[in-house]
Amino acid sequence: MSVTPEFDPTAVIRIRDLRTQFGANVIHDGLDLDVARGEVMGIVGGSGTGKSVLLRTILGLNAPAAGQIEIFDQEVTGATDEERRAVQRRVGVLFQDGALFSSLTVAQNIEVPLAEHTSLSPELRSEIADVKINLVGLPLDAANKYPSELSGGMRKRAGLARALALDPEILFLDEPTAGLDPIGAARFDELIGELRDALGLTVVMITHDLDSLNAICDRIAVLLDKRIRVGTMQNLMADDHPWLQDYFHGPRARAAMAAPNQAEQG
Amino acid sequence: MDGAHAAWHGAVSIEEQNGTMTALADDTFSEADFTTASTEDGWMLRLDGAWITQQISAVDGKLRALELPSQGNAIIEIGDVSGLDTAGAWLIHRTELALLARDVAVECRTAAPAYARLLTTVRANDAHCPEPPEPTNAFVAMTERVGKATVDAAVEARDLINFLGHSVIVLGDSIVRPGRIRFTSLVHHIEQAGLNALPIVGLISFLIGIVLAFQGAEQLTKFGAEIFTVNIVAQGVLREMGVLLTAIILAGRSGSAFTAQIGTMKVREEVDAMRTIGLDPMQILVLPRLWALVICLPLLTFYANLMGLLGGAIMATVVLDMTFFQFVRQLSGAVTLWTFWIGLIKAPVFGFIIGLVGCYEGMRVSGSAESVGRMTTRAVVEAIFLVIVLDAMFSILFAILGV
Repeated sequence: MSVTPEFDPTAVIRIRDLRTQFGANVIHDGLDLDVARGEVMGIVGGSGTGKSVLLRTILGLNAPAAGQIEIFDQEVTGATDEERRAVQRRVGVLFQDGALFSSLTVAQNIEVPLAEHTSLSPELRSEIADVKINLVGLPLDAANKYPSELSGGMRKRAGLARALALDPEILFLDEPTAGLDPIGAARFDELIGELRDALGLTVVMITHDLDSLNAICDRIAVLLDKRIRVGTMQNLMADDHPWLQDYFHGPRARAAMAAPNQAEQG
Repeated sequence: MDGAHAAWHGAVSIEEQNGTMTALADDTFSEADFTTASTEDGWMLRLDGAWITQQISAVDGKLRALELPSQGNAIIEIGDVSGLDTAGAWLIHRTELALLARDVAVECRTAAPAYARLLTTVRANDAHCPEPPEPTNAFVAMTERVGKATVDAAVEARDLINFLGHSVIVLGDSIVRPGRIRFTSLVHHIEQAGLNALPIVGLISFLIGIVLAFQGAEQLTKFGAEIFTVNIVAQGVLREMGVLLTAIILAGRSGSAFTAQIGTMKVREEVDAMRTIGLDPMQILVLPRLWALVICLPLLTFYANLMGLLGGAIMATVVLDMTFFQFVRQLSGAVTLWTFWIGLIKAPVFGFIIGLVGCYEGMRVSGSAESVGRMTTRAVVEAIFLVIVLDAMFSILFAILGV
């Protein structure tokens, strides 16, 4: 068993001894993770190591076999509906392809959480949706378009706008730059960094994009052997675990490191 | 306490945090509010409470109704606010814009750098999105829909006939060169569409036989002609009911499955992959399915006829005190071999049509998973419609031929 990390009172997400399994297939076993307020945490791992499962488990979409998950000191598993809604109001999620509701326009999509969780007037909801559309850098005429009329990158931005609708404190991103061209991906990274600074977000992002990790992640959580190893990029690069060696010292990683660190510029 | 409130909220910068912070529910925030005053610096709007999404619904209306000064200076004092997010910042900025529109100079006062930064962000992102287009007049919209549906129907009919031609060529080709038929695939579809349909086809035909016999007996007993119940069951099942019910079940069971299977392959670009490898989707996907239904439907119809007659026979012996032997003797007088053939001749044609529509709608799927569902529904409706239309045409044909 691993040594339980020290209790961090400022952690907004606290996972202890998490175990998830599907049938006999154990995905995570004895997994611990703390995410501190205001940091950008990248989650990486090989295919099939359960990155998305971890995200779904944190969000309460997937029941863990054992262990505790706390968001804002609120136990997620076994929470009442009321407690769960209180947490949901403070959390935003961007799914891989945006997961926009296909029967609603972009503006209507952004208004869904506002209509569900607040008693704001329709005019104000629409004005807030406009601000969010601006904030994520969508063109203004995208507001009245349906998700099927948008490109992949625009769908992600629209999904991000919806995730930001309630001004969440924690933002979960599932592969935000996957499927974007390098320019679009770099812009998206910049956007996340800007929003983090402007809105004081805590960001948890699953990514395979070494450029993203390098550019905006404060710390990186690596899924290894059903557990998580957390560290800054420098820490993890010095680690002698073979997978980490391959990951951070492969040809793609070297190219990403060679690029100027964009986080400093943002 | 206010400091602790402000500290957890997302709008506040990281540096301002301290270790005492605990998670607070939204309702621990006080509702946003404001007061106005005239000071020597100008008109002052003093904000109070938490200006966050959950707490601003009341203040929104009050701000809209607020009478703003038409000249001089205005100050928006944000210092007492216990929380701010983009929605609250937008309200402040909206007021700011309204004042600027009246040529009033506005100054926002805040001590918290995080609030100032948030306001700057919102100010930079205040462009209005265009209004959603007005819904058109209901009558115009309806006319437009009718016109569109008519054109769509015509285009679809043309495409279906096109597909029919293509299928007939492929089918004819496979008769000349049977080696082209994928045997494994064919057997698989015969099992799926034929063998696995036996229970449901048998049960429904059996029940229809019972219903026909019971209703016939009810009416014919009034004339003392109850023996002709057997004729009703025999003619009804053999000529129409057996083949029609089997065709409808197969349209719902297999036609829809064909559309869903081929449609899913279209969505996942498997069909395009086939083409690039040099495989013809018509040969690989459509041909075995068409043959499977052309072979299965007559066999299933034969089985359905037997089950229907059996149901009729059992009902007749129960209701009419008829022996099974009497039923069979009456049956042999009631039908000719043609009665049986008339039902069976239609079967392969119906099977072909069901398979054709199922595959055609499957090939028309494009883009999203949503269209798979839409096309599947459409395939079932169209297949049943065409089967019944064809059945009516067969009836006319047989009437002219006098059989």
